This record gives sequence, structure tokens and C-alpha cells, in this order.
Amino acid sequence: MSDATFPSTVSGKPIRRKLSRDDIIMRGSMIVIGLYLLITMIFPLYAMLSKSFSTYTFDLAGYEIQVSDETGTNFNEPVTFADLNNTLSVLTESDLSAGSDGRLSVTQFFPDFSFRSSVNYRIRNTSATGRFLVGSTLNDTTDWVELDSNTFRRVQLRPVEARGIDNFRTYFGTPALSNSIKNSVMIATISTIITVFLAFWFAYALNCSCMRFKGFFRLVAMAPILVPSLLPGIALVYLFGNQGMLKELLFGASIYGPIGIIIGSVFFTFPHAFLIISTALSISDARLYEASVVLRGSSWRTFWTVTIPGARYGLVSAAFVVFNLVITDFGLPKVIGGQFNVLAVDIYKQVIGQQNFEMGAVVSVILILPAIVAFAIDRLVQSKQVALLSARSVPYRPSPKAELDWALFGFSSLVATFIIGILGVCQFAALVKFWPYDLSFSLNNYQFERMDGGGWGSYLNSIKLGLLTAAIGTAVIFFGAYLVEKSNGFRTGRTVFQMFAMLPMAIPGMVLGLSYIFFFNNPSNPFYFIYGTMAILVVSTVTHFYTVSHLTATTALQQMDREFESVSASLKQPTLKLFRRVTVPVSMPAIMDISIYLFVNAMTTVSAVVFLYSPKTSLASIAVLNMDDAGDIAPAAAMGMMIFYTNTAARIVHLIASRGILQRTQAWRSR
Amino acid sequence: MSWGRVNNVIKNVENTYLKIENLWKYFGKFLALEDISLEIGEGELVCFLGPSGCGKTTLLRAIAGLDLQSSGTILQDGNEVSNLPPSARDFGIVFQSYALFPNLSIEKNIAYGLENTGRSKGEISARVAELLALVGLPDQGKKYPAQLSGGQQQRIALARAIATNPGLLLLDEPLSALDAKVRVHLRHEIKELQRKLDVTTVMVTHDQEEALAMADRIVVMNHGVIEQVGTPTQIYREPSSLFVADFIGEMNQIPTRAGSKNQVRLGGGLMECAPHQFNEGDEIIAAIRPNDIIPHGDSAHSLGQDDVVETESNAIEVLVGEMEFLGSFWRCRLKHEILGDADLIADFSINAVRRLELSEGANMLIELPASRLMAFARPEQNT
Ligand SMILES: Nc1ncnc2c1ncn2[C@@H]1O[C@H](COP(=O)(O)OP(=O)(O)OP(=O)(O)O)[C@@H](O)[C@H]1O
Ligand SMILES: [Mg+2]
Repeated sequence: MSDATFPSTVSGKPIRRKLSRDDIIMRGSMIVIGLYLLITMIFPLYAMLSKSFSTYTFDLAGYEIQVSDETGTNFNEPVTFADLNNTLSVLTESDLSAGSDGRLSVTQFFPDFSFRSSVNYRIRNTSATGRFLVGSTLNDTTDWVELDSNTFRRVQLRPVEARGIDNFRTYFGTPALSNSIKNSVMIATISTIITVFLAFWFAYALNCSCMRFKGFFRLVAMAPILVPSLLPGIALVYLFGNQGMLKELLFGASIYGPIGIIIGSVFFTFPHAFLIISTALSISDARLYEASVVLRGSSWRTFWTVTIPGARYGLVSAAFVVFNLVITDFGLPKVIGGQFNVLAVDIYKQVIGQQNFEMGAVVSVILILPAIVAFAIDRLVQSKQVALLSARSVPYRPSPKAELDWALFGFSSLVATFIIGILGVCQFAALVKFWPYDLSFSLNNYQFERMDGGGWGSYLNSIKLGLLTAAIGTAVIFFGAYLVEKSNGFRTGRTVFQMFAMLPMAIPGMVLGLSYIFFFNNPSNPFYFIYGTMAILVVSTVTHFYTVSHLTATTALQQMDREFESVSASLKQPTLKLFRRVTVPVSMPAIMDISIYLFVNAMTTVSAVVFLYSPKTSLASIAVLNMDDAGDIAPAAAMGMMIFYTNTAARIVHLIASRGILQRTQAWRSR
Repeated sequence: MSWGRVNNVIKNVENTYLKIENLWKYFGKFLALEDISLEIGEGELVCFLGPSGCGKTTLLRAIAGLDLQSSGTILQDGNEVSNLPPSARDFGIVFQSYALFPNLSIEKNIAYGLENTGRSKGEISARVAELLALVGLPDQGKKYPAQLSGGQQQRIALARAIATNPGLLLLDEPLSALDAKVRVHLRHEIKELQRKLDVTTVMVTHDQEEALAMADRIVVMNHGVIEQVGTPTQIYREPSSLFVADFIGEMNQIPTRAGSKNQVRLGGGLMECAPHQFNEGDEIIAAIRPNDIIPHGDSAHSLGQDDVVETESNAIEVLVGEMEFLGSFWRCRLKHEILGDADLIADFSINAVRRLELSEGANMLIELPASRLMAFARPEQNT
């Protein structure tokens, strides 16, 4: 074989492919969806990042001023405010840092200033970047402006913007803020350990024992996915709060704080961990178990030498997913965190409470870091798991062991009781007059119109958001995945697109929401018009849940014969016809899964949309948050349970529809 | 064996349909095809044959435009198609996996390429029925691909590929997913169909028997280069290199030195052989196919009138080692000092073995016929 490399040995010039109409359509579409991700994710994140490095200070040396005598005509030599401040020391260094909206009045530099005097003033910017206001008129030229003293008191300096790490310095210099890092990491770590432990044994009971009622347990385990993460917080308040029934169980400790957050986090992350570990256990190889039995290994040894190594990747992956979910969750600590500060809530407090957008951006940047690390490790582990899966063999069939089975049944019953209990408490509290004093039945709590939070309108908005997200999101994401998987050439474009598609998973919802404010809430942005509408909620939700859907679609597409596109091209048929006639029908199960996933998440999400809803587009999940905030806890619970029932109904509809569609489109599956 | 077909109809290659010139293909730094030039005549069935990874599929996909070559030109029916996308070329293709659309019925699969071509519904269904009959599955139109056997699916894929009457039919290992019996049956059907339609066909295979049975001409490939192009008999009888000789059929290889123009040194003396290009004393491999070795009887056992040694110098007395009955012939391992430790493998007919009363441990006379004894260069790497 030749040892020289291309193109030196090649006779003739290298060839460039002529693009077919299909190639152009597919590349064009991919660029469009890529641009969508660029605009709905990369640009906003960039806006946020740059915000976190933006500092605003009043530059006193940037202005020159002349003061006249009483006649109003003879002006002294020009001086800067910096000179004046040096002699008078009116302002300290820290008084000079400001927010983007900061204004500084100038009369304080003139101790004997009187707006009635006949003294006149002249002021100008020394550089073209300087700005000051006279009333509401902005002056940004270096020309002198002459003002009488009555007008001069209405002069205000505007800060100049600079780049720097001052915001971060402030953040780490303020223990009240930076302590949240420790708090968040601690909460996430403890929740992860507990959840993974519980989920593992639960999954073990369902996959590796002959326990009864497995179907029921499986259903219960998935229930928390159907409610907003803050719902367990409400239940915990009812149980262990100031008027809680079981308050004594805490022996004086308060549920408002780490304890509440951890219990609630275990509840809402349980299904995620359970699913991952269960998958890992269900693909374990029966032959290994048989080998171990043949070698007369004790059950205990089998467990440590076969079960745990087999589930290793699942456990690691589950741990990172749970960690990520807890550290980025906002709803739960908001409801039950009390004075205990965590990162996600800090973002909210900085932005909504104190209007300090720069600091909100700083906290966001800090919150992204652990999320990205957890995400990267999870992806790495997942790819290993796939390799394991493809080498899979005989599925394991457990044999009955009475004692173990009963022990596991007991354990699973406890977990199920916990889950059902949390949901039950919410439902019960929603249906009684006044917990815990008057437990008679009442529907008062469902009169959402009387409460803060948007009433039934917000519930309808949520359904609208769910349906729109499911419809638009599924279409965009599946088509995008198709383009990446099946188009020819265009290697760079596809790699970039794939990276874009993976990124949303690493971006916490709070961060995404905040970055949308920075990017879209800006009159000079051509997409400004979607700000405050349902559209921005749909866009943010689709982007927020893009990655998992994209991966589902990609997996389904990869299972399809690679040569369909080649055959279609050889038959001179447009690729889009193939997409419509073959790809979509064959992938219908995956498409259905993506749409229900998007719907359920759109119904329950709080974090991204909390920054983006407007009074007209309030959502059910936001209503739960706001009603709870306003002290209307029972209606909050009632609304939370409405979300639960809606999602349950959606799942049932999805199940029935899937059956129907499968029968129609997948007739070929049955032989 | 079916490759024994002697009156091979060699198509008129002057009427070139597909012309490949100086085609190179790199995957990154890896050279997958090196300077391929090839002409394929109209209506010809050509097989690309070679070991796994030699670049057959790569060449086929370049012809189809599915994976563009790095450089080089391809002319189809006089038009340059080198950089055209597949949809702008004129070919039908059948893949190893068949790639039938699983959610479409057989009819719809076959009709897929007929849609949007200005044909009416009636015309399309008539054509589909015709194609179904052509591939021998007239009543299966309503079924789905998963309801058919592998062989049936293969025929449907073929029907779909030829539905639009393409000028070129490309088949990538169309039979390799089938079991042996079906394979033998289908290769005759494909060949027959190809003759009937008179469509220029390129078929990729790594099964030499399949190539010998079906091809008008075979292109033997190795490591991205074409080793030899020729009719099945040419390839089999006159392999141009040791690689081809060894890949197509079996070959006894005896490392030795060349004699004069048509002699090789074997044992102490010289044997006559087919003419070669080597200089006297060059290191070469002397090669002969097991079924070219002629068994000779002694006075007690004779194979009849023709049983005469043609070239005295090529006849040697050997010891019969292990004998293995392989159904239609006996495979015998023969020992002789000129071979050292290696055995000479010979395939003798059942008839010959019976007449000569051959048995393990017996001595016998064999002849390595001069015209079948070939000399090849030794491969560079010594293994
Ligand atoms: N997309 C690709 N990227 C990199 N290398 C490739 C690619 N496709 C093929 N190759 C390499 O090019 C060589 C030729 O591959 P090709 O598929 O043409 O072999 P083949 O002769 O068809 O083999 P087989 O009989 O196994 O199908 C192989 O070494 C293969 O590893
Ligand atoms: Mg191949």
C-alpha cells in the first residue's frame, strides 16, 4: 500500500460532491434548527455570562465642571468631580459602584449649593463614553452645557460599564451569598446518597426478587414525576410544619431547612434514580448468576460479585442525575427551605427580590459549574452502559426465596407508603376546610379565582403550554435528530448541532430562565416581541427539555436501517417523502414517548418559567408557588394535585393513543 | 462444481457502459481504494470479489455516489457522473440487509420508486404485479416484509430495485444473509433475471463460488487494488498472482527456485511448468491446484488407456498420508521429500481411488501436469 498521503499520490484533482435538492433541503433545515438552538440557548447564555462580568461605576474623573460667581458670567477654571471629591470626601470607593440603572446626583459636591442662587454651572463629559442626565435628557457629547442652579440640581451622572470579575469578588466576599454553595452541595450530596440507596433496593426488589405486586410498585415509583418538585414541600409543611400533625417526630428540629429539602428531594428524584438503576439491573446477564450458583457462591457473594458490578454504571449515573436534579431545583427549597439558602433560590432572590441582575448572573454561572461536571460524567458513564447493553445476553429470572422476598416486600411497601403518603396528604389537605383544625370536607380550596396566582386561568395556560410544547417540541426535536443522523456529509455542521443538542441538559432551568431575561427582554433584540407571551414559555420549555428528547429520538433513529436513505435516493424519491412515509411511522413509539415527556415536564416545570411568565400567562405550577408564598397553602396543594391528575390522565390517554397508533402504524410488527 | 461451465459467454466489452478511471478513496489517512481503473460492458454481470475489508463495498458505493471517491472519474453510459449525488444517477441497488421499508406492504415497497414519475395508479399496480410475477412471488403483495422469509425479502428488494428499469443494478452481498441452500437457488434466479433484463450489473461478494457461478467477469480485489480482471475460467485457470490463485479455489504452494523459462526446481531436479518470467535461480513459489494432480496406476492398477505419464520429469512417487472423504471426491495428503514437512494436497475422484485401491500408507505415482504447474513471485512478507 502507498505510504504517501492524500493528495500527493492522487492523480487528478479532488472531487467535490454536487449537492442534490435533498441535501440542500436537509442542510438548510439543520441550519434553521441549529439557529433556533443558537438563539434560544447559546445567545441567552452568552448574554448572561457577559452580564456576570459587567460592572457599573461612576467615573468621577470623567466630568469637568465650571462654576460662575454670583453674576453668573465669570466662570472659574474647570475641575473634575474627582478633584472635588478628593478635597471634600463626600463619597467613598464603594459608593461609586452601581447597578446598570444607577444615578448619582451632583449637588452633593457643592456644600453651599442653593437652587435659588444666581450661580451658573457648566458641565461636560471629558470623553465620548461619558454620560449624564439633565432631567431626563441624556448628554453624551463632550460639549459644555451651561445650566442655572435650578436646572443644575437635576443633573445626574450615569455609571460607565466595564468588564471585570468584581461581581465574583463581591460574591465570594459576602458569606451570606457564598455559603449557599456549601449548603447546596451538602443538600445534593445527602439527598443523592439516600435516594440512590432507596432506589437501588427498590429496583433490586422489582428486578431480582419474586416479590408480589411488582406492577403496583412500579406505578407508584413513577408517580413523583407527575407533580412539581415543590409539592412534597407542601405535604411536609402539613405533616411537620408549625401546625403539623407529626411535628413531634422531629424532636424540636425544624422541617423548614435542610431536613425538609432533603426529604422532598428524595421524593421527587426517586423515579429518576429508580428508572436508571432498574434498567441497569434488568440487563444483567443471567449466565453470570448461573455461573455463580454453579460455583456455590452464597447469595451474599453473588450479590457483591455479580449484581453490584453489573449495576455499577447505573448507580454512578443515577447518583449524578440525582445530584444534578437536587442542586438545580428551585421549587422545593423555595417552599420549605426557610432561612436555609441554596444557589437556585439565591438566583431568584437576587433577581426578583433585589433586582440585582448582575449578582443573579454570578450565582447562575456558579450553579452551572457543578451541573456541567455532573452532566459530563453522566454522559461518559451512559456511553459505557450502552456498550454493556449491546453485549447483553440472557435476561435474569429470579427464583423465589421466601425470606428475602418478604423483606424486600416490606421495604418496598415502606417506600410506596412514603410516596403515596405525600400525595395523599396534599390531596387530603386540599379537600378539608382548615387543616388541622376543621377537617370537614370542602371544595373551597379549589376556588382559585379568589387566590393570588392566576386562578383557573393559570391551570388552562399550563395545559396550553403542555400541548404546545409537546406538539412543537416533538416536531422540532425529532426532525432535528433525523437531520443529524441521516444527512450526508456536512460533518462539521452535524457535530456542532449535536453539541448544541446535548447542552440544554447541563443548563439548570433557573439559569436558562434568567438568561432569557437578559437576552429577550431587550428592545433592541428582534425577538423582543415574544417576551411576556406564551411563545417564550413554549420556547424555553422546549429548549429546557431538549436533550433527553433528542437522545430518545436519536436512539430510535439509529435502530433503523442505515440504507433507507440510500434506497430512497436510488429510487429518485425525495428524502422528506421517506421521512413522512417510513421514518415517522416506524419511529412512532419514540415520538409518542417524547411528546408525553415534554407534556408532563411542561406541566410541572417551575424553574425556567418563573422568570418568564406574565400575569396573562401564569401557569399552574407557578400558581402553586405563588399561593404557597402568599400563605394559601391548601389551594397550593389543591392546584398541585390538579397537575398530578392532569398528568395521570395524559399518561392514560398516551397509553391508549399509543396502542391505537401502534396498531395502525405498526401492523408490520406482528408476524 | 458450477464454475466448470466452459462455454462462458463473454460479452462484448467494446460496448462500455461504466468506465472508472484512476479512482482513489481515502477515509482520513486510510487509503481504501488505490488507483482503480475498470471498464464494464453493457449488459455484463461483474462481480467484485475479495477478502473482507478490501474495498469492494467502498467501490460500489462510489459508483452509486453514496460515498464519493476522493478523486477519479466515473462515466456511466458516456456521461460523467463523478460528483453527482445518488439521486441524479441511474441505478438500482440491493443491500445486504435488503432495507425494505418495514411499515409498507410489499406492493408499496415495490411501487415506492414508481410514484411521482408520471405513472397513473393503474400503471403502477400493473407494473408491481408484473414485477412480483417476475421474481416469482405473485400472491405476496399484501404482506409486510417481516412476514416473508429472507429469500423472499431478497427478491422483493430486487424487484424494488429494478422497478424503474435502471441502467445499472448494484448488489452488495445480496445473498450473504441467506442459508446455503437458498443461496445456491437464488443465485441462479438472479443470474437468469439479469440475462432476461439485460441490465448491466455489479455484484459485490466475498464468496468465490458465487462469483464463479454468476459473473461474466470477476474483478478480484485486495487491499484496495484490483489484482486481476477476467472471466471465471481465466481467473481460475490463469491466476495472475499468488493472491488470486490462493483466493479463488485452493493451491498447493511449494517455496523453491525457478529453473529456465518453463521450468521450476523441485526436489533434486527440474520440473516442466507453465511459462514464467523469472530468471534462473529466483526465489519463487511453485503452485498447483489439488484437483490438477493426476494419479497414476502401476501395472496392477490402471485407470485405462489414457493413464500415461505425459512428462516424465513431473512424475513422482509419493506416500499417501491421511485420506478424507469429502462427498464427491477424496482429499489425500501426499508426502514426498521435495515438500519437506508440508503435505501435498490432492483431490482424487472416488473412481480413481477405488481403481487404484489407494489407502493410507500406500505408495503411488502422481504427476504434476506441466501446464497446470505455475510459478509465482514469493510474497514480500515472510510468514
Ligand atoms: N466510513 C468509513 N470510515 C473509515 N474507514 C472505512 C469506512 N468505510 C470503510 N472503511 C474501511 O475501508 C476498508 C474497505 O471497506 P469496505 O467496506 O469497502 O470493505 P469490503 O471489501 O466491502 O469488506 P466486507 O467484505 O467485509 O464487506 C476497510 O478497511 C474499512 O475498515
Ligand atoms: Mg462490504
